[in-house]
Order: sequence, then structure tokens, then C-alpha cells
Amino acid sequence: MSDIIKIENLVKRFGELTAVNDVSFRVKRGELFAFLGVNGAGKSTTISVLSGQIERDGGTVIVDGMDIDTDLDRIKSEIGVVFQGSALDRVLNVKENLKSRAALYGIFGADFDKRYDELDKMLSLKELEKRPLGKLSGGQRRRCDIARALLHKPKILILDEPTTGLDPQTRSAVWRVISELRKDDDMTVFLTTHYMEEAADADYVVILDGGKVVANGTPIELKNEYTGDFISFYDRDEASLAPLGKPTEKISGGYRIAVANTAEATALIKAHPELFTDYEVSKGKMDDVFLSATGKKLTGDGQ
Amino acid sequence: MNKIKQTAAFTARNMKVFFKDKGAVIGALMAPLVILLLYILFLHNVLKSTFETNVQGMPTAFDDKLINGYIASFEVSSILAVCCVTVAFVVNMIMVEDRITGVRADINIAPVSKSVVVLGYFLSTAAVTLVVCFITLAAGFSYIAVMGWYISAGNAFLIILDVIIATLFGTAFSSVVVQFLKSRGAINAVSTVVSTVYGFICGAYYPISQFAKGIANAVMCLPGTYFTALLRSHFMSGFYQPFVDAGIPTDSATEILDSLDANVYFFGSQVPTWAMYVVSACSIAVLLGAFILINVVRIKKKKKA
Repeated sequence: MSDIIKIENLVKRFGELTAVNDVSFRVKRGELFAFLGVNGAGKSTTISVLSGQIERDGGTVIVDGMDIDTDLDRIKSEIGVVFQGSALDRVLNVKENLKSRAALYGIFGADFDKRYDELDKMLSLKELEKRPLGKLSGGQRRRCDIARALLHKPKILILDEPTTGLDPQTRSAVWRVISELRKDDDMTVFLTTHYMEEAADADYVVILDGGKVVANGTPIELKNEYTGDFISFYDRDEASLAPLGKPTEKISGGYRIAVANTAEATALIKAHPELFTDYEVSKGKMDDVFLSATGKKLTGDGQ
Repeated sequence: MNKIKQTAAFTARNMKVFFKDKGAVIGALMAPLVILLLYILFLHNVLKSTFETNVQGMPTAFDDKLINGYIASFEVSSILAVCCVTVAFVVNMIMVEDRITGVRADINIAPVSKSVVVLGYFLSTAAVTLVVCFITLAAGFSYIAVMGWYISAGNAFLIILDVIIATLFGTAFSSVVVQFLKSRGAINAVSTVVSTVYGFICGAYYPISQFAKGIANAVMCLPGTYFTALLRSHFMSGFYQPFVDAGIPTDSATEILDSLDANVYFFGSQVPTWAMYVVSACSIAVLLGAFILINVVRIKKKKKA
């Protein structure tokens, strides 16, 4: 797969603060790319530079082979952005909102009606179309935000913490739409998130901390590099695990121990088969990766 | 062609956002109509008594309608002079709100020319202000018709023209000022200052002729005064002949018109109507120039950065 986004040595300063400090990464065409970091890590600033909302202080940004310095308008036509908070007009109804935004892309009349019907099939907009945006629930608003970002059939969909504050059912509905878009339209999805399980489903993850890239790779690469494996025991008490010679950690319904890798787990099973009656060997989670890479624990609100 | 359609669509969006915000509509419409009501209920009789005191002793035979119509014309011209500017400020706050709420960021991610966005805000502010001012004008004309109509068809047409150019002035003035506002606190501060101060410094709430000479000349140096003066002239000049016909000497009739600014003076010389139009046109041109310059500099600065 070719690169659709190439960012090299990106720097953005706000006065004395360097919000993005020499950040480089590439996003492959059609992949789900996740940007992980606490609030203030530089995720939204990078997105703002990428979508041409703010100027950068250094580095290069290439999108689909086009330089942001010379082809910004063409790049804008290829990017759809779902902002952290809804940026549509609260007093206008859903259809009025989408119609006014479509006009900014030169989509009018029958072209708009056709696109609106397509988006309706994907996001069930018609049941909401006459309601003002301010009267919709968080999940319904998110559907409209996604529809707005897709109006001009972008190649890249940027989602800036799209599921923050949504209930689990709505989060899963948002992800169903994103999955369909990737499957049907081969769309590249650039995601920033606080949710580790969302990052774990990505094709590639970049972890930002203090404006710098501190780790990057596929979720499995990150897990291999930044965490070991875990063996969870469900029918043992703490004392019975002492022969393994490993510190134990209480988990729901049992205990777990950390091992360097799957080979060490296999060796332990062979050495103490009597202890391995109800157990599982699992990779570390993205939470462990994040903690190991940044020294910080990421909570649901991004702190 | 696409740019024209985009400008029209963005202008329509801004107008819809304003008219669907009931609070904003009521605020913009109520202010001039409430002032009109206050004039009717409280100030009309005071102004009428002052007028009657001034003409005491003259060999006159006044029709009550003549006095009432004269006072009503003064009141309506005052309200229109103020609302063409204050309403433009209220409407233009959409631009600031868009910045605060993130709507502007959503607009900026689209490949739309900055000139389309800037022009869209300008046109929507002018259009909405014009609608509100024409509603106020209709209410004002109705009020004057009841109290005493002495406005010629020619002057009525010129009043409509005055409202249009005063609206252009208000739109250009507010468009320059709101470029520098970035918070709701700033919006509230500017709205409060404009709505309270503008009426006085443009000679709308209190006749310039009643100011001390120095202050009157200073006020005459401000462009807003000339829009008020145009409205006063076209609303009230039609009363000269009926005053003379009622027995008031010509000098006194002129003095009566002068006392409520139907004629205005700059360092002792009467300002002719054509000069008022020239000053008005120049002030609009200067403000529009400043508005365009600010936006061009911003776009260039952004590109350079």
C-alpha cells in the first residue's frame, strides 16, 4: 500500500510552547491509523495543520502526493474532518446544515440531493432531517457530523476523538459506519482517541507525548515491544502460584503473572503442568503499552 | 459562477442562522420598536409641550396633527438612525459566534475562498439589517400617518434610500469592528457601548443643535451624524411650508426645524444635502476599504506564515 499522508519533522509552536515537536509519520492508503495521547499531547494540533486550519513552524506535509504549501485547496477536497465537538449550526435542522456545508464544496441542487440520499442510507438522516441540531442527542449529532465530513466523498476521514462522551451503543454504531466506509470505499481513517480498545483495532498506532512521537507500530508490534505476555489463573490462590517465582497481580476471578514472552510462558507450563488447569496466556493491552511508552495512564477523559 | 453560488448559499446560511435564533431576532426587532413605544408613551408629550412653549405668542393657528406629525417624524428618524447601526452590530455577531463555537473551523476546512466567506458575512448582515430597518420604517411610517403625515412622495423615496445607505454604513462599520472580537465578553462589551453611545454621538437621541457649540462641531466631524442628518432632513423638511402656512414667520419656521436638526450646521454653515451624501458615501467607502484591507492583510499574513 502506498502512503497517503507523509508528515516529516512537523513543528508547531504557540508562543513559548512547542505543541508539536519534530513529529514524523506516514499513513498508508486505506488503513485505520490511530493517534494516541493525553490531552495536550499534540494530536489535535497535528490534525489542524494537516487540514490547513493553522500554519506550521517547520516540516513538510504531503497528502496524496500533494504539498500542503502549494495544493491546500485540493488537499481540503480530499479530507473530511469530524471534530471533537460538533461544529454544525445548532439552530439549523440537519438537512439545512448539510446543504449549507455542501455548498462550500460546490455541491448544489440535484447533486446535493443525490449525495444526501446516499448518506441517508448509511446514516439514517431522513428520520432526523427536520430537527434542529441543538435538539438532537449526542449520538444523533455524531451521525450528522460524520455525514457532514463525508459530503464531498473524501479519501481521508479524520476523526478527532469521535466517540468521546458517547454511550457504548452509540460508540459501536459509529464504529459500524466507519468499518463500512473502510470496506466499501477503501477510505483511509485517521483517528485520535482516548479509548485503548479503539486504538487496539487500528492498523497502525502512533503514540504522542509532549508533542513528540514516543512509540509507533502496529498494535501487535507495540505490545511485543512495550509489554510482555500475561498468564491468568482462575482456579488458584496466591500461595499456590509461589512455585512459579513470579509476582502475582489480583484480577477479577483469579491472579495473573507477567512473563517476558510466549516462550517463557510455554517453559513455565512445561515445568509446572499441575498449576495450569484453568488459565489463559494473553498479550499485554494497549493500556500497558501506553503506560510503558509514556509513563502515564490514559483514562477515559484523556487525562 | 461557482463562487457566486457559494456566496449566495453562505449568505443564506447566515441569514437562516439569525432568523432561526428567536432570541437574536426578538433582540434586534424589539430594540427599535421598544424605543418607538417609549417615545409614544413618555417623550412625545414632553416634546410636544416644548414645541408649544416655543411657538407661544406667535400668530399661529396650528392643526394638532401638524405638531404631532412633526414630533413623530423626529422620533422615527431618531430610531432609524440608531437601528441601522446597532442592528448591524447584533447581526454581525454571527461572525464572532462562529469563531467561538468552532463553526468557522468547520467552514475553513472546506476548499472555499476566504473572499466568499467574508462577502457572505457582509451581505447577510446588510440584508438582515435592512429587513429589520424596513420593518421599523414601516412601523414608523404607520405611526407618522396616524399622528400627521407631511412627507412628500419624493422625500419618502429618499428616506428609503437613506435607510439603505445608513444600513451599508452600519454593516461596514460593524464588519470592521467585529474583525477584532474573539470572545463573548468582547461581544457584550462592544454591543453595550454601541447601543448606549452611538445614539448620542450621531445626534439621534438628542438634537445636535442643543449641544454646546464645541461639542456640536465635534459631533459633526463624525460620519454617523450625516446619516442622522439625512433622515431628519427628509422626514422633517416637509413641515416648513405647513408651519409658514400656519402663520409662523419664515425665520421662526427655519429655527423650529433647526432646533430638531432638520437642518444641520458645521462651524456655522448649513450643510447641504448633497454634502451629506458625499460624506456618507466617503465614510462607507473608507470603512469598506478598511474591511477589505484587514482581510487581505490577514490572508497574506497566513500564506506567508
